[in-house]
Amino acid sequence: MSKPPSSSNTPSRSRDEVTDAHFMETRAKLLDLAAFLDRLERAVGADDHRVRGLRAALPILLEKDPARVAKILNLWSDPTTAPIEKSDTKAASGVWPKIK
Amino acid sequence: MRYIEPHGHMVSRTTDDYQAMALAGCKAICEPAFWAGFDRKSADGFHDYFCQLTQHEPRRALKYGLPHFAWLCINPKESEDMGLAKEVMALIPEFLKAPNVLGIGEIGLNKNTRNELKIFEAHVDLAVQHNQMILVHTPHLEDKRKGTRLIIDALKAHGKVQPGRVIIDHVEEHTMAEALDQGYWAGITLYPESKASPQRAVDMIETISAQRVWLNSACDWGHSDPLSVPKAAIEMRRRGHSSAAIDRLVYGNPLEFLSQSPKFILPEA
Ligand SMILES: [Zn+2]
Repeated sequence: MSKPPSSSNTPSRSRDEVTDAHFMETRAKLLDLAAFLDRLERAVGADDHRVRGLRAALPILLEKDPARVAKILNLWSDPTTAPIEKSDTKAASGVWPKIK
Repeated sequence: MRYIEPHGHMVSRTTDDYQAMALAGCKAICEPAFWAGFDRKSADGFHDYFCQLTQHEPRRALKYGLPHFAWLCINPKESEDMGLAKEVMALIPEFLKAPNVLGIGEIGLNKNTRNELKIFEAHVDLAVQHNQMILVHTPHLEDKRKGTRLIIDALKAHGKVQPGRVIIDHVEEHTMAEALDQGYWAGITLYPESKASPQRAVDMIETISAQRVWLNSACDWGHSDPLSVPKAAIEMRRRGHSSAAIDRLVYGNPLEFLSQSPKFILPEA
């Protein structure tokens, strides 16, 4: 069994305890994700950048690295560094529009 | 339980929310100036808003026994019109004298444009000139990481900003360490969808840092929850964190940061 990451702020707990606390809400979220993907299949048209970003993030869930959330957020982030001249929208969409 | 709500847009909330927060153990509310969901057309609109934040809202909060504090600025979403932004900024020095104003905020970036950045830098300079603390709004979603870096670069480039008097708010897993490593405080915003959940916030506390961090609900006119800070406290409790650790995070930390302003005085402290 792998050792938990060391952090002085984490009270020690077993995997069973974490599972008892958070399994049902996570199970429901996974089914919602599956249902969303099914709903997309039943609709016409192509995936936009948000859905492409979502699909690109799925393999990260299966990696062993414990920094999955940061990895996904980084994947969806604008990788450029210079301020832009002007924006045609005030709102962000959730995934960098030019994601591959 | 006692806690401080260090970032709530109470002008958008009902009196029921004030009551629920007081019942949950809230001891003070701080309200940064922000976007109203539509663009105001003139500096007069902001003048009225600053009056609301410094006169009317403190009276409304007091009915529930809650001290109310404010931060002032023109927010990045309305900073694209630099003429308007400069007119609004000219109003701020007079309002800084109000007894409930703690500093300049929430300033920052939205879409990371050149004009937003110029107005952010002008606000930072205003804060330094008037010896004010700074509350920074980092951009949403895919714009957050880039915007956080631009903001930190601009704060450093100014040369006279004391990082310990600046909070970089709305950090997430990919930006929190960067803010803390440079000596700034970090704010984790608890939103039902677009920022962190109470569960993720407690994960960040456990794995990144519980020092120089505050939690806030940023409750406003959008999908948000004014009770999300006490809900995060409950999440900590069910994970086995001590009462002292919870109190330090949701009460002690904001108290420590905010008390750098001589105006932040709580009746019972
Ligand atoms: Zn806000």
